[in-house]
Amino acid sequence: MKQFFSFIKKEFAHVFRDRKTLVMLFGFPIVQIVLFGFALTNELKNANIAVVDNARDVASQQIIDKMEGSKFFNVQKSLMTPSQIDAAFKEGKIKLAVVFPPNFNQDLLHLNKASIQVIADASDPNTAAQLSNYISTIVADYQAQIAPTMKVPYTIIPEVRMLYNPDLKGAPNFVPGVMAMVLLLVCVMMTSVSIVREKEMGTMEILLVSPVKPLMVIIAKAIPYLVLSLVNLCVILLLSVYALDLPIKGSVVLLFAESTLLIITALALGLLISTITSSQQSAMFASMLGMMLPTMLLSGYMFPIENMPVVLQVISNIVPARWYYVIVKAVMLKGLGFASVWKETVILAGMAVFFTALSLRNFKIRLE
Amino acid sequence: MGALKYLLQKEFRQIFRDKGFTGRLFIAPAIQLILLPMAANYTIKNINIAIVDHDHSTVSQKLSNKILSSGYFKLADYTDFNSKAGKLIESDKADLVLEIPQGFEKNIIRENNQKIAIQVNAINGVKASIGFGYLSGIIADYNNGLRMEWIEPERTSPSPTIDVITSFWYNPKLTYYIFMVPAILVSLVTGVAGLSAAFNIVKEKEIGTIEQINVTPIKKYEFILGKLIPFMVMGGVVFTVGLLIGWVLYGIVPLGNIALLYLFLYVFLFAILGFGLLISTYAETQQQANSLMFLFMMVFNMMSGLYTPIDSMPGWAQFVTHLFPVSYFIDVMRMVVIKGSGLHDISMHILYVFLIGLVLNTWAILNYRKTT
Amino acid sequence: MTNETVIRTNKLTKRFGDFVAVDEITFDVHKGEIFGFLGANGAGKTTAMRMLCGLSIPTSGEAMVAGFDVFKEPEEIKKNIGYMSQKFSLYEDLTVKENIEFYGGIYGLTKKQIKDESADLVDRLGLHDEADKLVSSLPLGWKQKLSFSVAIVHRPKIVFLDEPTGGVDPSMRRQFWDLIYDAADRGITIFVTTHYLDEAEYCNRVSIMVDGKIEALDSPAGLRKTFSANSMDEVFYKLARKAKRSAD
Repeated sequence: MKQFFSFIKKEFAHVFRDRKTLVMLFGFPIVQIVLFGFALTNELKNANIAVVDNARDVASQQIIDKMEGSKFFNVQKSLMTPSQIDAAFKEGKIKLAVVFPPNFNQDLLHLNKASIQVIADASDPNTAAQLSNYISTIVADYQAQIAPTMKVPYTIIPEVRMLYNPDLKGAPNFVPGVMAMVLLLVCVMMTSVSIVREKEMGTMEILLVSPVKPLMVIIAKAIPYLVLSLVNLCVILLLSVYALDLPIKGSVVLLFAESTLLIITALALGLLISTITSSQQSAMFASMLGMMLPTMLLSGYMFPIENMPVVLQVISNIVPARWYYVIVKAVMLKGLGFASVWKETVILAGMAVFFTALSLRNFKIRLE
Repeated sequence: MGALKYLLQKEFRQIFRDKGFTGRLFIAPAIQLILLPMAANYTIKNINIAIVDHDHSTVSQKLSNKILSSGYFKLADYTDFNSKAGKLIESDKADLVLEIPQGFEKNIIRENNQKIAIQVNAINGVKASIGFGYLSGIIADYNNGLRMEWIEPERTSPSPTIDVITSFWYNPKLTYYIFMVPAILVSLVTGVAGLSAAFNIVKEKEIGTIEQINVTPIKKYEFILGKLIPFMVMGGVVFTVGLLIGWVLYGIVPLGNIALLYLFLYVFLFAILGFGLLISTYAETQQQANSLMFLFMMVFNMMSGLYTPIDSMPGWAQFVTHLFPVSYFIDVMRMVVIKGSGLHDISMHILYVFLIGLVLNTWAILNYRKTT
Repeated sequence: MTNETVIRTNKLTKRFGDFVAVDEITFDVHKGEIFGFLGANGAGKTTAMRMLCGLSIPTSGEAMVAGFDVFKEPEEIKKNIGYMSQKFSLYEDLTVKENIEFYGGIYGLTKKQIKDESADLVDRLGLHDEADKLVSSLPLGWKQKLSFSVAIVHRPKIVFLDEPTGGVDPSMRRQFWDLIYDAADRGITIFVTTHYLDEAEYCNRVSIMVDGKIEALDSPAGLRKTFSANSMDEVFYKLARKAKRSAD
């Protein structure tokens, strides 16, 4: 046991002596949290739109006032022709144009029916959809407002509750993903590279001829990264609670337990990669391609899985981060307990056991 | 200039001899262009909706049918228990729950108005707001229809209606990959051409050949040109391969002038290669270059409007983004390829990227020393 | 050997912060001479050599190499010297011929000169079968011989060799020194650092650096006499015992 501890001490020394990597390790999550928490949102604000008011009457003016009052738009009034709108889109000056026909108010008063044309630059499809939705809402609002004082008959009033994230911020969606990314980065990449480095330098042989059991050598290698990951996790959680205002609704203990499960899976994967690669460069490449890319793409935090082709949806099931992402969302954001995530936990635990067994078997084979 | 010829000959020999080269040049773009647009699909459709119908009336049935036939929604469950619907949101099986209260039909007719409760899982803010937008649009539509149907013609007087007729230009079906593919091409060119330049130079540092070069009479500019030109060529090849894949696989043909794209590509390469050069003057080992590149690629990809609109970012972040050549190129690609923008529309982009390139290259050259 | 001086230094010094790597060294090297530069690890040999090659700017002092000032005309110096660094510095992913062509080319040799030189060189080294093979496939000793030959492919006035024979067996080293004599016979001045003391015997003159200073400079025979020693080994140990700096 004493030998074992001296091994762990050596591993910690390696980790702490490499300042540049250490800075990377802690800089990475902080950069990600800052980016996702503050810089990146899908929420649209102050979009430049043009209003072509051919009517110039009370009604059109009132609607325009409403648009100008909205935080979503930055309204420029200009009498553009369709080709001028096209030119403005091409230049990227505006994202949407609202065209009021001549006699808008008169049509509204006399025919009880008028129309507004909305032209959106759909080169960015989601922005186009969201902006035109906002316009429709404003117009519908106005319509309700001008309705005669008597109640509009037969009205259905939708009452909406935005659960878990009433301000529709971007952070709640991203933070659990960032957690998965960072834990995987630290564990898979660092473990595989550190073991391969020992192989490259030949010190692995020396460790293996020492009286310490090979299994212990591996565990000693893994422990510093486990500790580092947990510290990193604390940093992320503190940042998200205090900087991003994103409280942990569920049990912190459960969150850490589940994270440890992911970390173990990741450490096993790191070991697996180290048994099949022979240089630091290729270990790095394998971790990147094998872990980072699938985690970014297929865990669901960047892109909705249900929109993907079936093949990718099936593949996404073997990405550990996918299950972890669901668990973190449930525990951290929804405040649910173990009962709601037991299925995902079992899958994740299964992966942990499978990968650990596989990598240990591989490691032993290499020894023989 | 004679030395430059030999430098170029050497670089190309090394590049073509590198086994990973064809991978970087052809396979990486192919995989990224095939995989990413499939995975990175932010089209908001197939929104899972659970309908809790306490009314079981004709009106509630019709409303449900209208919602489900809109094409935006998929029925997660149709039930009359509130608690069950709540569970569906908790377990991510439903994104939206629509609750139709008991007496819905009766109340609309008698009280003239009736509330209807909608719960949205808002963890993903965009999906929530777009989904709710669609749903409230459908309900309003249905509501108008109801009125038309029920109100007798002579009572038609009061409520004026305004039709909003929306048309989506350049991408009428709101296809997401049309938006993504041109931008992914930028990220590819950045990775394959721009950043491998940094690795290349750092590698010479690490194996020591740069010392040998430094004692030769080669001029600084010759050495740097000798490094830049091959990667300019590689960048052009990757870009062309990418455009072809976009055309064959996705039917995306640039609406604008292709020559304009290439013009911008080279201005961009000038800037991004300058960046790679700069990194190489600071990094001592390939491992360090790798870490730096990883960090920068991530920041570039996240902040340059590839996935989330730049306009939505706070002021400071927009400022930072506009220091990255990548954000200009993504913008230009989308403008020229999807909208057919012309030289006039992107002239400022060209100017800015050129200036950024000038700064980066000057900085790199000043920082690259043959002597210590 | 003539009395024409090709390298002349006067109180040449290099400081890194408080650390004085090279401390006021003064010496001359004559044309066609094989000049050995000895010292323990960390004595300052490589730093001194890097200054003379124009790779490192001296802190103070004077130095002329091939008639040019190291402060003012380092680029002119580079046209007239060859350099072989401690790190093996041919491109492993180029063939033997391609390496010769590249280095010849950047020193401004014409196509014909390159062709002749490379044929001559392959001939002299007996590398006919390996000429079109990648350098990475050659054994270390061959790489070093090739590296030296490439360093003098443009017929420089002086060639600087920084521990050229590290890690090869004695017979290979002997062959390597044959190449050096060959080059010296053609009038190329050889400036060589080494820590193999038997190699010092092959030099015309030897300087011994201790803690950044030149402690002794003479022919091997002269040094043995001065220090009343039987071999260069003894000379070296007598001097090195005084060293305060440990190897870095």
